[in-house]
Amino acid sequence: MAGAFTNTVFGFLRCYLFLAVAGGAIAGGYTPQQLASYVWAAQGLLAVVLLWSPPELADRIRTGEVVSDLLRPVDPVHSMLAADLGRAWHALLTRCFPPVLAGLLFFDLYIPVRWHTPPLFAISVVLAVVITFCCRFLVNSTAYWLLDVRGPVSLWALGSGVVAGLYFPLRFLPEPALVTLWLLTPLPSLFQAPLDVLVEVDSTPVQLGIVALQAVWAVIMLLLCHAVQRRAERRLVIQGG
Amino acid sequence: MGDLRARLGGHLHLLRAQARSQASYRVSFAIDLITNVSGTALDVTTVFVLFTVTESIGGFRLPESLVMVGFGLLAFNLADLTVGNIERIRQYVRTGLMDAVLIRPLGPLGQLLAMDLPLRKASRCVLAASVLVVALARADIDWTPARLLLAVATPIAGTVFFGSIFVGTASVAFWWIESGEFGSAFTYGGRDFTSYPITVYGGWFRAVFAYGLGFGFVAYQPALALFGRADPLGLPAWAGWAAPLVCVPAALAAGLVWRTGIRHYRSTGS
Repeated sequence: MAGAFTNTVFGFLRCYLFLAVAGGAIAGGYTPQQLASYVWAAQGLLAVVLLWSPPELADRIRTGEVVSDLLRPVDPVHSMLAADLGRAWHALLTRCFPPVLAGLLFFDLYIPVRWHTPPLFAISVVLAVVITFCCRFLVNSTAYWLLDVRGPVSLWALGSGVVAGLYFPLRFLPEPALVTLWLLTPLPSLFQAPLDVLVEVDSTPVQLGIVALQAVWAVIMLLLCHAVQRRAERRLVIQGG
Repeated sequence: MGDLRARLGGHLHLLRAQARSQASYRVSFAIDLITNVSGTALDVTTVFVLFTVTESIGGFRLPESLVMVGFGLLAFNLADLTVGNIERIRQYVRTGLMDAVLIRPLGPLGQLLAMDLPLRKASRCVLAASVLVVALARADIDWTPARLLLAVATPIAGTVFFGSIFVGTASVAFWWIESGEFGSAFTYGGRDFTSYPITVYGGWFRAVFAYGLGFGFVAYQPALALFGRADPLGLPAWAGWAAPLVCVPAALAAGLVWRTGIRHYRSTGS
């Protein structure tokens, strides 16, 4: 409840701000209606594509509880990912709708018109959830080496919102910066990608390309998580855990 | 007097212990320090990014907007430095750690504030102050002694105001254990609200935040008085000087809510 309320208040703040920035014209390639939809869908997705969560895994690593996870006969990355997908599904049902509803009530939102946008958006959101899970997993895993993860966690909290396209659409940035972010980091895949697909700012082939790029990043990030997990397990053995 | 010294000594001891514990994880502490500075830098950068898309936001150009950003960020960061740790109370109430805080022979508010060394947040205040000073120097202001006084008094009043919001919204955890991020809507939300001219916002939303809660007097109205501009929303010129009138009742109200909350506290029993 409290979270949905807060997301809604921020929805108002950002929506009014972007509409003022656009001043009734097209800004960064978005019409005012598309911008409004962008903001409110982002506020709805915030609890689903979870950027910020308490560093539970890091705490388990610091206290040594993580050892009991490693003893189970399932891959820890996969079991945690499964739990996170469940969490995202629950958030979708409970936390997503209040902000989106508020947006629909108080602002003139852009509603997608292409038939393939809703399924494409759904795939895009699932991929975004997988990639954020991997990012949070990697941030938490630094605890194997650093023990105190406050620094990496706050660095992630700070950078992720901006570079993921949450605070402002990344298309407001100059093109070279935008392309670099898309190609070199998985972060635009978290919010910018599903939101751009939803508000149909590009042609259909580009929409498909965005989702394909997300899929590539999801695979890369999952492989990276597995690699880090293997290194960490070896380190635990060395430490005698 | 001796009692006061003993209590202060207790708080100082807590602070020192915190400092040692944080400094022992050096890499993490260094990253944390850098992050704190970059957070504020990023808030300012966001304003620049928005102005690459447009010439003016809500009728204000970049230098004028930066004055408001400076007022808002400095007040928020100073309040966060001094009382921001109170946000943790929701975890303390939920986990029952609050019991331990109340058992100790020190004031609960002081303890909560000393629970986490706020020094790394000080770096943000320095950056916000620099942004404000540069913005004030670059904006087209016809300086008079009265305006100079206003430029100094505004961040101070704003700090008291944001501090009240921090304490007031955190106290909600006493009644509503799962209050979660409720307070952020008004603390971080308030910071974002004050960073832009309130002409940006519309309808009842603006009425509630700017006038109902009083956020309009943290940065927007004082900035108008500094620029000597009439308020497009029709408030008289003296409204720019009203910040202290808003922050004192806010502080009193927050203190009342906090004390009522402490008395109302019921342990979760864990």
